[in-house]
Amino acid sequence: MKLIVAIIKPDRLEAVKQELYKAEVNLITVNEVLGHGRQMGVTEIYRGVKEVGNLLRKIRLEIAVNEDFVEPTISAILRGAQTGQIGDGKIFVLDLVECIRIRTEERGGQAIG
Amino acid sequence: MRSLILLCVCLFLFVSIGIVNAQVAGIYPTTDPQPITTQISPPAAATPKVDTGDATWVLISSALVMLMTPGLAFFYGGMVGRKNILGILMQCFIILCLVSVVWVLFGYSLSFAPGKGFWGGFQWVGLKGIGFEPYADYGATIPHQLFAIFQMMFAIITPALIIGAFAERMKFSAFLLFILLWTTFVYNPICHWVWGVGGWLKDMGVLDFAGGIVVHISAGVTALMTAIFIGKRNGTTKKAILPHNLPFTVLGTGLLWFGWFGFNAGSALGMNSVAVNAFLVTNTSGAAAGLTWAIIDWVFQEKPTMLGTATGAVGGLAAITPAAGFVGVFPALVIGAVASIICYIAVTLVKPRLGYDDALDVFGVHCIGGVWGVLATGLFASKAVNPAGADGLFFGNPKLFLIQLMAAGVTLAYGFIASLIIYKFVDLTIKVRVKEKDELMGLDLTQHHENAYTILE
Repeated sequence: MKLIVAIIKPDRLEAVKQELYKAEVNLITVNEVLGHGRQMGVTEIYRGVKEVGNLLRKIRLEIAVNEDFVEPTISAILRGAQTGQIGDGKIFVLDLVECIRIRTEERGGQAIG
Repeated sequence: MRSLILLCVCLFLFVSIGIVNAQVAGIYPTTDPQPITTQISPPAAATPKVDTGDATWVLISSALVMLMTPGLAFFYGGMVGRKNILGILMQCFIILCLVSVVWVLFGYSLSFAPGKGFWGGFQWVGLKGIGFEPYADYGATIPHQLFAIFQMMFAIITPALIIGAFAERMKFSAFLLFILLWTTFVYNPICHWVWGVGGWLKDMGVLDFAGGIVVHISAGVTALMTAIFIGKRNGTTKKAILPHNLPFTVLGTGLLWFGWFGFNAGSALGMNSVAVNAFLVTNTSGAAAGLTWAIIDWVFQEKPTMLGTATGAVGGLAAITPAAGFVGVFPALVIGAVASIICYIAVTLVKPRLGYDDALDVFGVHCIGGVWGVLATGLFASKAVNPAGADGLFFGNPKLFLIQLMAAGVTLAYGFIASLIIYKFVDLTIKVRVKEKDELMGLDLTQHHENAYTILE
């Protein structure tokens, strides 16, 4: 089992969702986060006070998958989120130790799907 | 590009200052303002006198109408994405500032100075000679200056209505130039034709009590033009762009409805039976329309929606605007209910088929509602309500209906073509649409360097 965490541009969320549905990955959690990598944020000005390089809005996806679905999920995110511009984001793949479905108390790979 | 814009602004300021300097003696008459006013006002024999009750009501109405523009900002602001709300609020507020300045410099003169031409003329530039004394044709019992104030608020809200069509994708500099040219070359002439002394539609007998033609049709048809030519918002092909804060939209609707009492009842230019009737029919039509839209939603979309009810109310208020001073309360019910039905058809059935992206449905609600109201005036107007008006088709006078139809058609055509020329001019000089990158990031950050909402402290 793996936990896939992806940081993407907010306006790519819809495209990524569509790609994930096509790859039959239907269970995702979405967060709004702030951040910047090598791309510096946009300057903001409030009554003449400048805030240079502020953090930008990003979307963080969390998807728990069984081994078979790792590569399809990654390629779906790539297809949806890639624009070739700086600031497209990152995908992190983490080992997932355990997963429990609260409703039925199922565990492991069964609980993920 | 930026220097070009600055140049335009500077030119505008220089011209304005020049005009003001030239007229300064006229604005601040030191001794006796009489010689200036007598050139244009009727002989002093029937010197009109200010009625304090009338003047008070119109003064308060002016303040009510002013509040509609910030109200509209929230009505629209709630419907856009959260990255674009400051863009909407800013556009409304800057129109409030820009058109106020333009109006006192030359807008009022172009709209209302007596004359038979394309627009009024330049006699009243800088509000020269316009003071406390009434001007018989523009409210015989209120100060002339007050009439100019009241009309200023109409000139402000009209261009503000348009911005919903090109929401989320117009460059701020281009927007400013477009609005400046639009208010000068579209609003002022149409206003003069319908309301100004010597206006050709007015002389023909067209009835437009509070701005169905001047405000709603002119703004609505311009909205359609801009929506077609600026193109769709990024992302609309994949899914609808959802409103980010509907409570703002409802707040805005409330402020609009409240302000509309000044808009319509104030247009009686006095405290009289026409004003009270206008107040009643305004409320009645807005209410009937809101109710109708809620029912339509319930029947065809499973549930009555808040956005639908608010939209319906605004459509009903727009539709009653030209008729408010000429129709009774039962026609108002019909006008409101029918407004919702046809606006609903325009917004949910016609717009998707034609495929233009009128982001916040300015054309579907204001223009369609306005056209219906103008035509309904030709049907339901009655001299029993307002002896100064005329009888409509249902009271035995088919001619009025034809005049109304013609006036609506002329305004639609002129509004579309003139605003298209202005739009093309702006597009060729400074490009109308923001870069795709900026559109995706949102107008708040890219056009104004501000964020409406924070996630962290």
